[in-house]
Amino acid sequence: MNIENSKVHMDIAHLQFLFKQMLRIRRFEEKCAELYTQEKIRGFLHLYIGEEAVAVGVMQALKAEDAVFATYREHGHALARGLSMDKVMAEMFGKVTGSSRGRGGSMHIFDVEKRFYGGNAIVAGALPLAVGLALANKMQKKNDVVVCFFGEGAVAEGEFHESLKLAQLWQLPILFVCENNGYAMGTALAISESEQHIFRKAQSYGLMSHAVDGMNVVEVESAATQYCQRIRKGGGPCLLECNTYRFRGHSMFDTQLYRESDEVEAWKGKGPIMKLQRWLEVNGKLSSAELKLIEDHVAEEINLSVAFAERSEIEDISDLYLGVYAESGS
Amino acid sequence: MKNKTLTYREALKTAIGEAMRNDERVFLMGEDVGNYGGCYAVSKGLSEEFGSDRVIDTPLSESGFVGAGIGAAIGGMRPIVEVMTVNFSLLALDQIVNNAATLRHMSGNQIGVPLVIRMATGSGKQLAAQHSHSLENWYAHVPGIKVLAPATVADARYMLCMALKDPDPVILFEHVMLYNATAAIPKPEDCPDMHQAWVRKGGNDISLVTYGGSLLKTLQAAGELEEQGISAEVVDLRCLRPLDTQTLFKSVNKTHRVLVIDEGWRTGSLASEICALVAEHCFWSLDAPPNRICSKEVPIPYSQHLERAATPQVAQIVEAALVLLNRDVA
Amino acid sequence: MKILTMPSFGADMAVGTIVKWNVKPGDSVSKGDIIASIETMKGLIDMEVFDDGIIVTLLAGEGDELEIGCPIAELQLKNEEDSNNNPEQIMESVVPHSLEVDSNRAVSQEIAGHSSDSQHVEGKVRRVPTDVEEKSSYSLNTKRPKISPAARNKAEHLGIDWRQLPQGTGPDGAVLLDDINIADKRPTEPASDNVKDSNDMMREAIALTVSRSKRDIPHYYLQLDMLLDNTLNWLSHHNVELPPSQRILSNAVIYSAIARALTAFPAFNGFYRDGHYQPSDSIHLGNAISLRQGGLMVVAIHDAQRLGLVELMEKIKDQVNRARNGGLRMSEMQDATVTVSNLGDRGSDTIQSIIFPPQVAIIGIGRPRIVPWVIDNRVTSATIVSMSLAADHRVSDGHSGARLLNKINALLQTPERLV
Repeated sequence: MNIENSKVHMDIAHLQFLFKQMLRIRRFEEKCAELYTQEKIRGFLHLYIGEEAVAVGVMQALKAEDAVFATYREHGHALARGLSMDKVMAEMFGKVTGSSRGRGGSMHIFDVEKRFYGGNAIVAGALPLAVGLALANKMQKKNDVVVCFFGEGAVAEGEFHESLKLAQLWQLPILFVCENNGYAMGTALAISESEQHIFRKAQSYGLMSHAVDGMNVVEVESAATQYCQRIRKGGGPCLLECNTYRFRGHSMFDTQLYRESDEVEAWKGKGPIMKLQRWLEVNGKLSSAELKLIEDHVAEEINLSVAFAERSEIEDISDLYLGVYAESGS
Repeated sequence: MKNKTLTYREALKTAIGEAMRNDERVFLMGEDVGNYGGCYAVSKGLSEEFGSDRVIDTPLSESGFVGAGIGAAIGGMRPIVEVMTVNFSLLALDQIVNNAATLRHMSGNQIGVPLVIRMATGSGKQLAAQHSHSLENWYAHVPGIKVLAPATVADARYMLCMALKDPDPVILFEHVMLYNATAAIPKPEDCPDMHQAWVRKGGNDISLVTYGGSLLKTLQAAGELEEQGISAEVVDLRCLRPLDTQTLFKSVNKTHRVLVIDEGWRTGSLASEICALVAEHCFWSLDAPPNRICSKEVPIPYSQHLERAATPQVAQIVEAALVLLNRDVA
Repeated sequence: MKILTMPSFGADMAVGTIVKWNVKPGDSVSKGDIIASIETMKGLIDMEVFDDGIIVTLLAGEGDELEIGCPIAELQLKNEEDSNNNPEQIMESVVPHSLEVDSNRAVSQEIAGHSSDSQHVEGKVRRVPTDVEEKSSYSLNTKRPKISPAARNKAEHLGIDWRQLPQGTGPDGAVLLDDINIADKRPTEPASDNVKDSNDMMREAIALTVSRSKRDIPHYYLQLDMLLDNTLNWLSHHNVELPPSQRILSNAVIYSAIARALTAFPAFNGFYRDGHYQPSDSIHLGNAISLRQGGLMVVAIHDAQRLGLVELMEKIKDQVNRARNGGLRMSEMQDATVTVSNLGDRGSDTIQSIIFPPQVAIIGIGRPRIVPWVIDNRVTSATIVSMSLAADHRVSDGHSGARLLNKINALLQTPERLV
């Protein structure tokens, strides 16, 4: 397995940008947790806390024309992809101003303009869709990449294998990103997969694949950029395994009986935001005043989005049938 | 000397070829559609004309390639996905029900899935329990998809084209006993709009309502009833979702009696939906209870006599009709 | 000050138990600190605090099981001075400040939920069209008489040629089971070629009912002349500055007096069926409304004793209008527990009415008229109304009937109490 050793050049402004992007997601997720305990957000809530570097890092490698598929843990991906925070928050509140008119909620955020295709609640359910979109791109001779995020739990499903195989067979322009956080809900990887290195599975299907430290946003961005360059040149599909960890439970209603708190604390100690923050601070690139400015800015954006969501209306019930079919309900 | 007749399978092939010639977005994808020429020889020769890029042989990955079809449709193509039979479609049920059917509504009307899925269905070839299902009603149950059952050569010839123009996912069911059916080469006017039911034979005494592979038996039964002085009206549903209730109610209100012939199992069958609709909307016209002839509640057996006993037959239809008409059964 | 409440961790969670507090009043906390352990049906979950601040009071103790949204602690926020228009403040005001532990969960959800939205969901609800909606109005074009399957079955059983029956009472004139039952009780008539119209049907129905009443119910009759002047005087005061459409008429006062009086006389408000009497808890005053084309309808004013005069006036006007133009509800046609018959200003001095079974009383109101009257031993003139009571002697007797009439009379003399 070989990747070209050219490091993607990162300047300080970009690193500060990456830091802010991750912090923005982190604070957004924390706010969602609070709102959920107050029942403003209902249904299921799956927080991305701890994994921010993966979404943020990979998105840097994408253009506007590229497409993104993600899972039900997709708030971070949506924000990093550029969806408006107002729309995402309103969607969580179930309001008509939400990205899916309030019909999807936390797990089904869609924004076709941003080429963000969800928000998919069936584990591994989006992989074949991503393959199909990549197929369409290839047939239409477009130079665009399709990125498909999923957790390592998806690897257990048949659709993972079918999708990788189809992608490689048909040489499709698709980047699979496996966010390996070690647990599929409450099941540890060690007891569900006979081969725990996801990248090896991808390699066995012929894809270019390797693993990176998912807590290191620079490493993630670098690897994703190289893979996307390769894909755009017609080099075939790739799979990037990102080793990461979620600091919270699978969803809000999770007692986390399946893992030790020591383990959680250990991972928190090497979290992506903290890592970058320390590097910036140590190198004199982030003063406490600057940090406060960023925190305040993020807090304000979040508070405005909550206010927006609060005052937005719910969808008119008479529009219930709108969108069952193209011609219905209008 | 050009043949003046066309078989059902030839009609389908003609339709697919024509669609692919007229629109470069259309392509065919499924198991053995290319090199093998199609399990039921529907696509024989198409691969030679259009190449393997547009007539794609897929691996045995139903979920993968049906999902890919959905993704390709999202991406601007107009795929025709062939699932060998409805029996194997169960592996793709997740993609169809959780993705194809939901994406438009769930995304707030942002995403359309202009996908056509063709499947063979039904029994009669002694293929035993795992290859003889009639599960049209499972799909007709789900909002967001459309379900067609072309029962004539004309419908096979022209319904596919209509389905390809529809902006929403359409599933076409081809009964295995119909592929060899022959008729005069149809003209476009022989095929009503795909959403319409059609009265195949007019009558006054009883409405025989059916679809797909049961149409032939129903017409035969109507012929036998005619010999006994009974004028039966045969209604071919053609579109199973959405149902053309207008045609259905008009017929039942006229004849006052209804018998539904449906190869699915009786419990929870599409026939039960028809009966419920008739009871709700034609109650005051009924002179006899709505009744249905369906498959018996058994897995369809292999041996010929048992397969016959388990599925609707002409004699049963005639007898049931006579009972409804308060006539003595010979 | 922010009230911390029992958090929801998921849709399935209805209650939580505080197993352990990690803080006590006076403790300083930072955002993200775990301040308590909550026991849920899935096990223990940590509760975090979302703001920096100081714990002021603990409102619930270890071991307390509380519903979602119940207050459990007070937190003095660190930045309270400079957060005037903070959206957090908006949320805080939405969080309930005091809920009883056993308060209705739905109510607490409403308060804690979207109540900050000014729009009401009710106002936006519209009927959702169904797929078959348009098609279901497909109607028969033929003149073929309609009969329900059950009706035809019964007709055959009884030997009735249902095709000779008048149009049925079902939708679109369909013949129903009831029509067959009624037909069964009628003497056979020579078959008529004409389909009878609905007026004739009504006449027949009334005829059946009153015949039965006279046959089965042992009526007794009482009458009392009641002074109406006090009511009329009060009304002219009340109405003096009101436009005609808002004025209360004496009928409303009389009906109100009757309804209120009946609350103390259950023997006159209920149904006699199958050999025994069941008094009704509610007083649904049946207002006998005559129709222009002849015939009459008894329309129930539900819970008449609870209506104020203005309400009652409105109700009467509305029902009369709907009775004459169509639009009465089934409940109004069926629910009367006692009937009032009023022939109006051009009616007779008195009226002796026939009870509508299964009711057990009917009150007749004659026209208001001016007569010579003795007050304080002097002859003067007064406006009176003669009120009659016809009642079922199986259920009540004259003594209580007289007391009822006297009670009504007393109420009429103090109309201001009926408002």
